[in-house]
Amino acid sequence: MPSSGVTDDPGRPDDIRAVPVRRPGRWIAAAIVLVVAVAIVHSVATNPRFEWHVVGDYLFDHRIIAGLRLTIELTVIAMAIGIALGVLLAVMRLSPNPLVSGASWLYIWFFRGTPVLVQLLFWYNIAALYPKIALGVPFGPAVVHANANTLITPFTAAILGLGLNEGAYMAEIVRAGIISVDAGQSDAAHSLGMTRLQTMRRIVLPQAMRVIIPPTGNETISMLKTSSLASTIVVTELLYAAQLIYSVNFKTIQLLIVASVWYIVCTSVLYVGQFYLERHYGRGSSREPAATPLQRARMGLFDLRHGF
Amino acid sequence: MAPAMVKAEGLHKRFARNEVLKGIDLEVAPGEVLCLLGPSGSGKSTFLRCINHLEKINAGRLSVDGELVGYRAKGERLHELRESEVARKRAEIGMVFQHFNLFGHMTALENVTCAPIHVKRVAREQARRRGAELLARVGLADKLDSYPAQLSGGQQQRVAIARALAMEPKLMLFDEPTSALDPELVGDVLAAMKRLAAEGMTMLVVTHEIGFAREVADRVVFMDGGLVVEQGAPSQVLDNPRHERTRAFLSKVL
Repeated sequence: MPSSGVTDDPGRPDDIRAVPVRRPGRWIAAAIVLVVAVAIVHSVATNPRFEWHVVGDYLFDHRIIAGLRLTIELTVIAMAIGIALGVLLAVMRLSPNPLVSGASWLYIWFFRGTPVLVQLLFWYNIAALYPKIALGVPFGPAVVHANANTLITPFTAAILGLGLNEGAYMAEIVRAGIISVDAGQSDAAHSLGMTRLQTMRRIVLPQAMRVIIPPTGNETISMLKTSSLASTIVVTELLYAAQLIYSVNFKTIQLLIVASVWYIVCTSVLYVGQFYLERHYGRGSSREPAATPLQRARMGLFDLRHGF
Repeated sequence: MAPAMVKAEGLHKRFARNEVLKGIDLEVAPGEVLCLLGPSGSGKSTFLRCINHLEKINAGRLSVDGELVGYRAKGERLHELRESEVARKRAEIGMVFQHFNLFGHMTALENVTCAPIHVKRVAREQARRRGAELLARVGLADKLDSYPAQLSGGQQQRVAIARALAMEPKLMLFDEPTSALDPELVGDVLAAMKRLAAEGMTMLVVTHEIGFAREVADRVVFMDGGLVVEQGAPSQVLDNPRHERTRAFLSKVL
């Protein structure tokens, strides 16, 4: 029987085609999972109390979409502030200057030590402490000033609260990434004449990204949901929009399902973004870049056809 | 007479309570190739790292090409140099490490051109041309766009040598350059180093490659326990060591 071997060498033995080990446990487990899944889907689909038609009605309601837009804006802006602040705080933490690293430590300690909800409410009510906000020399003349109530809108308060809080958490993530880079890298950079800052910017931080991105993706996905706390300070993001609707028509579960669907859709989009970001920053770390889901599916099909 | 390229007088260095260098007196002339031998823990690598101020010395005097390392002398007092000044002096000294320390997120060519572009402010095109030349000289003309992870150990070390040479240093420090390599790959790296020596570069090499020391070194220095035990011409130190410790070490290595 002709062999489908890799070479044309007639002396080469045929590829081994052994009878695989029987794995009844695997099949039984798969069957159980399948039955349970079908049961759940069936129950959810046929239970009239879910009122799926109501969910369908409100899924693209303009108030929901407007709320979704605000949620996305809050997430993007708060994460931008958080990441920028996080990088700054992390570099400060690793500074040889004790005052600089101490200041950073203090910030992180305070903003991680208090609940984010409390911080949001605090920024919302800041006008009670500082009715006029001025920018200028400390203990000296002010260059610019404004009325706190008009300057700090609920949206601004939400951005400040979420962003400044996120900065403290991102600082630890970035610091973890930085210390994960081998010390030899900075040795080499310094021996070539690069300063600490140049080394951080061109050699350490780019390589730290590999360790920073997965937890940052986590934080962004989390921020998407944490932004719903802004509902407590009257920002009509997605959750608050849903709450306003069901407070009138009493379809609580249905509107919450609508909000959840949008949260999960946005989270899934973030998965894709994170994959490509990791791929970009992972270049050079292994011989080939990671396989995309499509490539992996094709390889899985190949294995299935040729019998593993 | 030209000043010594490296001059160490009574050099002491300790890490916490562990004194690693206990008074090193050593001079390296310009164009000389010096091989540092000795058991691990003898302070060879630490001494090398003191020369480009990767480690701060605790006592004694260390100077490179007539200038103190890490400090400026103003009369009787020593003033610490600013970071930018230390960086500038480091740029004139090239260092090659045992574990290569190539920048993993950059290609071979980018590794070689990174410092000239950002530290010496050389124009990008000029830096690339010179980088390609240097990589060709170490036999890697076809690997310009490869990442370190795609290169063998010997190839990575040769990129590291090209990277150090791109800054046109007046002194090259080698910290066990072939210790992490397969025996087959060692030859290529040693050949590159031999060529460098023949071109007149001042080289300080910490190595276990006795054959290299015998062939290329102008002087061999044996260190043990943080001190220079003996030094001299390769034939003298390697074949007729004067000290018992040198004899004991060489008998295990040769």
